[in-house]
Amino acid sequence: MTNSGLTRGGTDTTHGARDHARAQAGGRAEAMPVVPASAWPNPPPGVAADDLVWAQTVPGGGYASKVLARGTTLRLTDVAGDACAHLLVFNADQPWERLNVADTVKIPWQAYLGAGHPLLSDQGRVLATLVTDTGGAHDALCGTSPAARNAERYGDGAAGGPTPSGRALFAVAGAKHGLGPRDLPPSVSFFKGVRVGGDGGSLEYHGSVGRGEHVELRAELGLVVLIANVPHPIDPREEYACSALDVLAWRGSPTTPEDPLWSSSPELERALMNTADYVDARGV
Amino acid sequence: MDSQVIEARRPWSAVVPAGHSLSIEDLEGNQAVDCLLYNAADTAERYSAPDTLVGQGSIFLTTGSVLRTSEARPLMTIVADDVGRHDTIGGACSKESNTLRYGHHTHHQHACVENFLAEGARWGLGKRDLVSNINWFMNVPVESDGTLGIVDGLSAPGYAVTMRAEIDTLVLISNCPQVNNPCNGFDPTPVRVTIAPGA
Repeated sequence: MTNSGLTRGGTDTTHGARDHARAQAGGRAEAMPVVPASAWPNPPPGVAADDLVWAQTVPGGGYASKVLARGTTLRLTDVAGDACAHLLVFNADQPWERLNVADTVKIPWQAYLGAGHPLLSDQGRVLATLVTDTGGAHDALCGTSPAARNAERYGDGAAGGPTPSGRALFAVAGAKHGLGPRDLPPSVSFFKGVRVGGDGGSLEYHGSVGRGEHVELRAELGLVVLIANVPHPIDPREEYACSALDVLAWRGSPTTPEDPLWSSSPELERALMNTADYVDARGV
Repeated sequence: MDSQVIEARRPWSAVVPAGHSLSIEDLEGNQAVDCLLYNAADTAERYSAPDTLVGQGSIFLTTGSVLRTSEARPLMTIVADDVGRHDTIGGACSKESNTLRYGHHTHHQHACVENFLAEGARWGLGKRDLVSNINWFMNVPVESDGTLGIVDGLSAPGYAVTMRAEIDTLVLISNCPQVNNPCNGFDPTPVRVTIAPGA
């Protein structure tokens, strides 16, 4: 039996289909993971290409995930000025320990994320510290977008659709690490500023921090990292606008008592002490 | 009408049927009541502080606030409030976070997360089911530079907040035992909960 009307490029046999598939190797896409990460064309100044462990461009509406070793630095860059990097982090040893945004704002007495701010777990430990922030305005209050709201605003919110919601993308990204909907707490996001107004607590959207800005997070524990690059939930624009996000990570060391960050506040110092205490006892 | 006093430092839970109301009365004043909500038919769908804030465009809960799930679905609507401002960004106290805020000597004090875990277990809920909660009667302002903190409460003896269930809602409460900050006036006290048909 032949189906010559549909065949192309000789894919009507297993050998032909294999040749066709293999001929696609070496293709390039605007957004893609670079493997090995050391092949990333322009590592940040001071970072050796061989130290890169994750290099990926995530398209607007896309997601990425990785398990990172303790001490790894994770850099997120808003390449074109309209990315919004929604982030969830989990202790890779025991993912029921995870980002707690309430403690992340309450413990440092600070609602706005910036350099030196810890991402705290629910166990009084630091999952990651925000060590560099060139953008200066992010969000820990609004979480990410639910599918139902994207359906209402843009016509669709499913992970595979044209306007995916952050929550739907986190669900798929989490599932690849054995995590289900119960494992997805409120998230933080980078590159779209949100501020609380003085008039009784209104949420104000301040928009993009600008093209090329970046944040760097230092993993203080081994982490499962989930990233969804989708419009901020209070982005007022009618269209679904979100540009590419560069994700780079390289080998490094966790914060030590010699680092000025360690004792920058009594709360952070105790959180880093709790983290070191856990690592020592756990033997990781 | 079903009314109960939750003693100081204790947990409580119940399913509030759709259309029924739940009132919480601050009997002696300035008593934080930590609260989590779940879709009773599928507890994987639960209260979401961010989706509630996004839905109303502000950080404080009061009359008219719709308490939403992470899928933006309304669980409950606040229909009456004597206080004017309740918190949902400050989260629950825990033994672990107490060590960060006050020091390791506070580790063995009782905390809301302990209440949530113990009471939640009666409904098959576990640690994975705890998310950012509501703090009834708790006052957490945010300054223009982002500084936030739990400050003296705006509640008083007899002040109450009432919400109507939009769907059958499992309500999990910790009558907050915290003694290291002003959320309970440094002295945890009882509150009264009342479930009534209609609202």
